[in-house]
Amino acid sequence: MKSPAPYRRIANEVHPPHLYPDYKSSLARAPSHALVRVKQTLSEITGPSRSRDWRDGDADLTHANGGEALGERIMVAGRVLDEDERPVSGALIEIWQANAGGRYAHPSDQHGAPLDPHFTGIGRTVSDDRGAYQFMTIKPGAYPWGNHPNAWRPNHIHFSLFGAGLATRLVTQMYFPGDPLLELDPIFQSVPDEAARSRLVAKFDIDVTQPNYALGYRFDFVLRGRAATPMEA
Amino acid sequence: MALPTSSQTVGPFFSCGLLRNPLNDLVRPETRGDRITIVGRVLDGDGVPVPDAMIEIWQANADGRYRHPEDDQEARLDPAFEGFGRVGTDANGAFRFNTIKPGAVPGPDAKLQAPHINVTVFARGLLNHLSTRIYLSGEVLNATDKWLQAVKESRRRTLIATPENAPGAHVYHFDIVLQGKDETVFFDF
Ligand SMILES: [Fe+2]
Repeated sequence: MKSPAPYRRIANEVHPPHLYPDYKSSLARAPSHALVRVKQTLSEITGPSRSRDWRDGDADLTHANGGEALGERIMVAGRVLDEDERPVSGALIEIWQANAGGRYAHPSDQHGAPLDPHFTGIGRTVSDDRGAYQFMTIKPGAYPWGNHPNAWRPNHIHFSLFGAGLATRLVTQMYFPGDPLLELDPIFQSVPDEAARSRLVAKFDIDVTQPNYALGYRFDFVLRGRAATPMEA
Repeated sequence: MALPTSSQTVGPFFSCGLLRNPLNDLVRPETRGDRITIVGRVLDGDGVPVPDAMIEIWQANADGRYRHPEDDQEARLDPAFEGFGRVGTDANGAFRFNTIKPGAVPGPDAKLQAPHINVTVFARGLLNHLSTRIYLSGEVLNATDKWLQAVKESRRRTLIATPENAPGAHVYHFDIVLQGKDETVFFDF
């Protein structure tokens, strides 16, 4: 059998530390031991992305239960690339988000903002041959949370991605440009590198904007790239 | 070279998006291999159950082959086995998977790794997901497995699922302790 090339390591400043005391939920849940560093094997280079029929997407979140969702319609579009800027096709992309009022259609969301019967806030799609994807949705509202007094999450959409291998699994959040809450948000601020942080903020894009229908935002993902050499024999 | 996208927590409300169709039974009647059940709980550093975690598993089939284009071993694929599962923890932090015992998969040194199930853990409070492996107690290959050997001996037991006394069923117990004295070994690869 030929040995596929492993994925490159990511610089330490790109991902948050496990323990970030300003984010209170990390205090009792972050591992206290250092992670054990190991070499990738076939188990990490393979992964579930191609193994199920995930093509039953629902990339338009603006209609549900026979009606139109309330709020500002937005188109979120972009590409899934690797570090060498090669497209990652066939990536399963799943999203979940609050409605325009900042409320999730989730039983444990206690925020007093109204539910929208025509908005579920969940969607999924698969990146195409160019790595491209798009969602038509509603701009999510900010919402309060219990992390500290008067804590509010900035507007955000949660994203989950399966790239080609287990080693490229990614869960992240997309933010919106100009949001004054970003500076105060410990989850966003947990990313050490400023350039990496700013990459979590979508860009307004008039070319993605749908005339007379929805404002457009561009948001690209970059997953780990491949090392030049195969796994060590 | 492009900068990779940073990780952020799944937060508390992921289940509506990610667990619409929880997948904790990987076995069909025609699936090849020995049936096993994995049961366990996710616990935090205070020993408190974590009711809002999600566990994903990924494993080879009974012949040690992954359903993936980059696994071109000669071992057979199983049309009745995908190898992927994911499920949320319940109010007691508990989870359960019905699957099959994976076959041994070669490591980078071409020697066989011990049979294992790859595990990814997500939860509110985890800014990055965590990766670990479930090994099965009593496997001969555990003694020579490179990843197990990379772990201090005193912590290896956190990676080895132990059989429960359930007659007629191969039930293995595997707790995931996020932090503290009995913390599960998490890997960086
Ligand atoms: Fe959120």
